[in-house]
Amino acid sequence: MEYEAVIGLETHCQLKTKSKMFCGCANEFGAEPNTNVCPVCLGLPGVLPVPNERALQLTALTGYLLNCEVPGFAKFDRKNYFYPDVCKDYQITQFDFPSTTTGHVDFEFGGGIERVRITRAHLEEDVGKNSHFDQHSGVDFNRAGVPLLEIVSEPDLGSADMAYEYLNALKDILIYGGISDCDMEKGMVRCDVNISVRPKGNEELGVKVEIKNMNTFSGVRRAINYEVPRQIETIECGGTLVQETRRWDDVAGITESMRTKEHAHDYRYFPEPDLMPLKPDNAWLAEVRSQMVELPLVRKQRFVNDYGITAQDADVFVGNVPLGGFFEQAVEGSDNPKAIANWVINNLQAHLTEAETSVGDLKFAPEAIRELVEIIDEGTISSKGAQEVFAELFEHGGSPKSIVDAKGLAQVSDSVELQKWCQDAIDANPGPVDDVRNGKENAINFLKGQVMKSSRGKANPQLVGETLVKLIKG
Amino acid sequence: MLHELTLSALTANLAAGKVSAREAMQACLDRIDAVDDRVNAFISLDRDDALGQADAADAALAKGDTHADKPLLGVPISLKDLFCAKGQPVNCSSRILGDFRSPYDGTVVRKLRDAGAVLFGRVNMDEFAMGSSTENSAFGHSHNPWDLERVPGGSSGGSAAAVAAQECFASIGTDTGGSLRQPAALCGCVGLKPTYGRVSRYGVVAFASSLDQVGPMARDVRDSAVLLGAIAGQDPLDSTSVPVEVSDYTAVLGGDLKGVKLGLPTEYLTDGIDPEVRAAFDAAVKQCEVLGAEIHEVNMPHTEYGVATYYIVATAEASANLARFDGIRYGERVEGDDPFSLYCKTRGRGFGEEVKRRIILGTYVLSSGYYDAYYLRAQKVRTLIKRDFEQAFETVDVLITPTMPIPAFKAGEKTDDPLQMYLSDIFTISCNLAGTCGISLPCGFTSEPKLPIGLQLLGKPFGESKLLQIAHAYEQATPWHNERAAL
Amino acid sequence: MAENDFDIRYAANLARIALSPEEEAKFGIQLGDILGYVKKLEELDVDGIEPMAHAVPLANVLRVDEVRPSLPRETALANAPKQANGLFIVPKIVE
Repeated sequence: MEYEAVIGLETHCQLKTKSKMFCGCANEFGAEPNTNVCPVCLGLPGVLPVPNERALQLTALTGYLLNCEVPGFAKFDRKNYFYPDVCKDYQITQFDFPSTTTGHVDFEFGGGIERVRITRAHLEEDVGKNSHFDQHSGVDFNRAGVPLLEIVSEPDLGSADMAYEYLNALKDILIYGGISDCDMEKGMVRCDVNISVRPKGNEELGVKVEIKNMNTFSGVRRAINYEVPRQIETIECGGTLVQETRRWDDVAGITESMRTKEHAHDYRYFPEPDLMPLKPDNAWLAEVRSQMVELPLVRKQRFVNDYGITAQDADVFVGNVPLGGFFEQAVEGSDNPKAIANWVINNLQAHLTEAETSVGDLKFAPEAIRELVEIIDEGTISSKGAQEVFAELFEHGGSPKSIVDAKGLAQVSDSVELQKWCQDAIDANPGPVDDVRNGKENAINFLKGQVMKSSRGKANPQLVGETLVKLIKG
Repeated sequence: MLHELTLSALTANLAAGKVSAREAMQACLDRIDAVDDRVNAFISLDRDDALGQADAADAALAKGDTHADKPLLGVPISLKDLFCAKGQPVNCSSRILGDFRSPYDGTVVRKLRDAGAVLFGRVNMDEFAMGSSTENSAFGHSHNPWDLERVPGGSSGGSAAAVAAQECFASIGTDTGGSLRQPAALCGCVGLKPTYGRVSRYGVVAFASSLDQVGPMARDVRDSAVLLGAIAGQDPLDSTSVPVEVSDYTAVLGGDLKGVKLGLPTEYLTDGIDPEVRAAFDAAVKQCEVLGAEIHEVNMPHTEYGVATYYIVATAEASANLARFDGIRYGERVEGDDPFSLYCKTRGRGFGEEVKRRIILGTYVLSSGYYDAYYLRAQKVRTLIKRDFEQAFETVDVLITPTMPIPAFKAGEKTDDPLQMYLSDIFTISCNLAGTCGISLPCGFTSEPKLPIGLQLLGKPFGESKLLQIAHAYEQATPWHNERAAL
Repeated sequence: MAENDFDIRYAANLARIALSPEEEAKFGIQLGDILGYVKKLEELDVDGIEPMAHAVPLANVLRVDEVRPSLPRETALANAPKQANGLFIVPKIVE
């Protein structure tokens, strides 16, 4: 029988705020243990949480970026469970009224565009970090209270590769929107996977298994690639799957059942009495929307469709937003966006890298590239001359036309001068001239080269060819 | 004697240079030495620190600081054992906090200091404010100064006992279901529970977050008004504190009750009221009428559901609030092989019986399969109870009721039957559920033995001024506030 | 609301409170009584009534995203029953 996997992801990412979710401690990675802590994030007796407005803005902004609804009412709840890294032994989260609901992410996969529905993205506080030693464990609460967004997808993913691409797309969106730095190595993104399998075509979902402890996106892919065959094999061998949580062992490359706790979880969610509900009004939401950015995929499609550039070039402008912005300004009113894309990607980007500088610090305006391409297309300068113009532009600024004038780089198209150069070449090379007359068209190139040489490259090559033919063939 | 003065009389004397803050503080310490072995109101006392603060107040007075700017300058005030003050212990009368010392000041503590108060001594309470008798304390029972065999009420029983025994000029406590008003009634003090959100809860160890409110325990209404003015106000550290301006609560004191409409909730006046309490209450209502008040009967149909609602909402919130006492970051720890056993042992030993009972109850009402039946239903009934108040306040300014159906009971009398203990809170609980303000003040005594009886006034949200004005008019027309327990 | 199925062991375990057999028996009866009493709420029709989580109708109480000083580490750890290398030490956590 053929089986299909049904996969949903719960992705946690730390929000890019200055301070923690409910107190003023720094939201900062890498500090000495228990130095970014205060009475609030240590859960001392008597303290109260006060929500960070920026974290709520970033949550709503994520909602917009993920095509979610941002409801007019949301609230915080307490999720009760005892764990040494949970300082109050409850976590403040959003249970039945999250700040964003029902959205979707579109991303490229398998040569097309796939859509994964987003159930919700809700805000909560991160917990501390445990280190394990021989006899005991130690807890560092620096991370406790860092704002954490949990993005829950519908089980719309069919494979490990698809999950991988979804995660990358999600990460790009979050980085794009300034929501999170998504630095995996700093634990800023963490992910739990829900997997079940079912006979292909079946409507009914199979037994759901949750997998935890993947630290990288490729770990997620490997874990799914291990877990799906395991589940299929279990069913095919007549075994039964149990709804459980399994732990990914990255070294061994396997998932293993987590020891059953003393009790099943009973989180006893209830409304957080220390925090008032959230009722975002239109002005507040408008302010959030003003921080919206174009999604990576939308941007790519727009660049390809509107400017007719290649997908590859568009990817460069998606990956490097300032460069893409520069391109968009340069291309305004131009009839040759492809050439402009080439100049921006091949020349400008290389120069920027070499000079270790950025688009913002350029000495010339984007329009200069448009002008450069225009004078190339008009035949005013040769491609070699264009390189010289660009180098000058990058070094000292100015406009391409004035540089061409100042350096005398303009190609000569004046027919009197051209005729003289051509006649000199014909007179000096009777052999090749005969060849041309006898139908050896290639011989014209030799004569052309002679003209370019005597004109020191200034002659317009196209006109030189035409003039030579006219003079020889009459 | 100096320790017999009201707070307002003391500040007048301090301002006039007739007494020093040190003398006032010393008078309290002497009084504590004389009576506290019988009352057991104080569970800890830092004498040198207290006298040091008093000296600083004297220096400030000498420098020209006035009570206009610092209304409590030089006044010795005790704190219920649940306020966090930097470097000081806070135990909530529990064993579980061990030798914890707070690394921070709560907002009320800071405000009291800013007002010049000499904060000294931590007074007894029911453990984590759970109780109505101050018998649930790891630091021993406190005793009612009017009859040492009887309880001072609770949970702010130490505050009431200390004020009634004149061991301090006032005390600051909390009221979650009557914890200021009920002990005030049983000890003959004035206990004020402000509107929810009027006083910051930051730095106050939480029992039930949506019900807890800080308030003063004082000798008379004027003192209550002064104290409320000092501690009230919105606090950026407490998201539930309300941005309503703090008025001068003493400005409204004086005058009669002409035009004041008092509501008499018929549901409160049931058969279960002690006859002497009922007689004193009826007389108090008459007195108000004499002073010019109009009395209207009002209906509060959901009153009888208050206790059930309260014990679901309060214990549910408490079960989460008290989870943090787990032996990991502070407090007593009983070692275990793994975190689970450490938690169970630490909490099993560290908490007293009543606290354990309530945490388990609160855990249960939130647990899977029971949430809707208990917690959610209670939250809805809470809405109905609040509506009772809103409807009543459409026709009257303030409600008038007895504070407690009975006077102080004997120690041990109700400890084996928690439900009976809970039911005695019936008159005070609804005010917390509705989030409005209330005050209890003396309105007479029983004859044999002589025990104080409390009159309760319940006001509109942020109607503290009206409440204090009415309470003051009644108080000044009656002799009760001048009576002192004979110790 | 069937108080008869009140499982004190389950609730105590969830609350992480070890009870002595005596406490378990005593609390079981007392809490059974209390749960029986609160059944009273079933008398009321609460259909369509909004649950009340807060005593005052505030919303959107937020703070500006600003960093404030944290505690010195010695202070943060001062109350710890056990600490080493700047960490709160607990019995080994088995995940």
